[in-house]
Amino acid sequence: MVISHLIKKQTYFDSVTLMLIGSQVKKLPGIDSTVVGMCTDYNIDSLKRLSMYQSAFDGLTPNDLIICVKAADKQTADAGIAEVEKRLASRKQPSGSAELPPSSQEEAASRLPEANMVVISVPGEYAAREAEQALNNGRHVMLFSDNVSIEEELKLKTLGVSKELLVMGPDCGTAIINGTPLAFANAVRSGDIGIVAASGTGLQEVTSTIHRLGCGITQAIGVGGRDLSEKIGGKMTLLATRALAEDPATKVIVMLSKPPAESVLKTLYAELKNVGKKIVIYFIGADPKAIEAQGFIAAHNLEDAAIKACDLSTGKSHNSEMSEDQIKKAAASSKMNGKHLRGLYSGGTLCDEAQRLLLPVIGEISSNTPVKGCKEMPDVYKSSGHCIIDLGDDNFTRGKAHPMIDPAYRSERMLQEIADPDVGLIIFDVVLGYGSHLDMAGEMVAAIEEGRKKSGRKPLLAACICGTREDPQNYAQQQKILEDAGIKVFPTNVAMVSFARHCLERNK
Amino acid sequence: MLKDFFGKKVKVINLGIASFAEDLRKQGVETIHTDWRPPAGGNKKIQALLDKVASWQSKVKSAKGAR
Repeated sequence: MVISHLIKKQTYFDSVTLMLIGSQVKKLPGIDSTVVGMCTDYNIDSLKRLSMYQSAFDGLTPNDLIICVKAADKQTADAGIAEVEKRLASRKQPSGSAELPPSSQEEAASRLPEANMVVISVPGEYAAREAEQALNNGRHVMLFSDNVSIEEELKLKTLGVSKELLVMGPDCGTAIINGTPLAFANAVRSGDIGIVAASGTGLQEVTSTIHRLGCGITQAIGVGGRDLSEKIGGKMTLLATRALAEDPATKVIVMLSKPPAESVLKTLYAELKNVGKKIVIYFIGADPKAIEAQGFIAAHNLEDAAIKACDLSTGKSHNSEMSEDQIKKAAASSKMNGKHLRGLYSGGTLCDEAQRLLLPVIGEISSNTPVKGCKEMPDVYKSSGHCIIDLGDDNFTRGKAHPMIDPAYRSERMLQEIADPDVGLIIFDVVLGYGSHLDMAGEMVAAIEEGRKKSGRKPLLAACICGTREDPQNYAQQQKILEDAGIKVFPTNVAMVSFARHCLERNK
Repeated sequence: MLKDFFGKKVKVINLGIASFAEDLRKQGVETIHTDWRPPAGGNKKIQALLDKVASWQSKVKSAKGAR
């Protein structure tokens, strides 16, 4: 193997752009590994781990770009470097902009002084600083960055509350504010349902389902997964709920979260009782009876939260897009040629939901993100038994783009699961919307066909599509690509999991 | 008030992932993408000093404004 490298001093690109290009170039023939990244501690560690570190990297800073390619021969490695450069050159200038972009938030604000939202996805160690600056200048914040400490989060949210400004995050992947989808969000029509969520794909699944059922939303406010922890005290959830309570356009409020800390729950319930609007609550994994006992409407899963919100919005009854009979019929005509189930999820909340719904049926499930009653996988890279995996979890995304953007690892894992003689059914999600890959169905089908060809195995496959027909990916086309490859397609995760449950029961 | 923000046009400053700005522009949302890079060349000590200076400058500015 030969290693070629290129250093570009004082050249900065965001991590997603670099990771995607690195992953695309790695697929080229003869290339073994690529590291395309800023000279951060993490990337230095990766280079050392892959035995690609060069003495020329000594003394570089996080503002310097490293392109490093390991390949079968020098010509291929050099061609890999050239390919990375070519792809970077096409990304440097954002489309539609003739002048050079501003280099700081201050400069950006001077060019667009009426900006009212700052979307921050810089490395976590710098994110709080930028968020504080935005809040101090009277702007709302969507904080996509992770690795922001809980102390920083508390400080930012205290500041946000004092100024009545949103701090959505940290680690907030999705929001729809005043009809504008931010980061990973779906194209959802306007309506009268307001949502506050501490769950990214949960929010996408509920908003998309509401849209497909014919209703719409006022706001979908992401608050970050830790907002209802004891330390943060639900600061943003409370601020957002009060605002939705006072918003004349919002008729129904939906709240999605993991069960809040006990101390926060008391304050939250007291606040919600004064709202005077219909409220649907889905505390993932909590007992719905405890919520109903407080006088609220409890949802049993994400699809149910959407249906109940639509019922309250319109005063009419809504049904699941696919009836239980249709699902049973689909399962009755499907045969598993192996005993075990594998779930390959890109959405964390969808992965949780699948575990919770299937655990009572199949008894033993392993996961890298186990819910109560499920087992922790001893090795997240090797499945055994029934396994439901969140491929968007930190284990899989350190130094790599999220599987909603970059299908590379999920494709690899798909091949592995198809080849496993114990596997009879594989379920997976295809999350559409802004920010997501433009042809995830095509990428998954390519991997599935390769897996089938290499292993000679054809386990049963089922997918759910989280999205709307207005999303940039073309919902109908994505569905057709999956169906043409013999994959059963479901409108929600709940429907897909119900299909899996029937298949597993029939094959017991 | 936050409720007064509801219904207004969202105008965005984007720091970090460039594709977020591209998606917003495609939807007709007024957006400015920043060619962000770690402040002070990634040197945390210098960054902390610069933050102190900025905070001091902002205090001086508001004190002058209050006079």
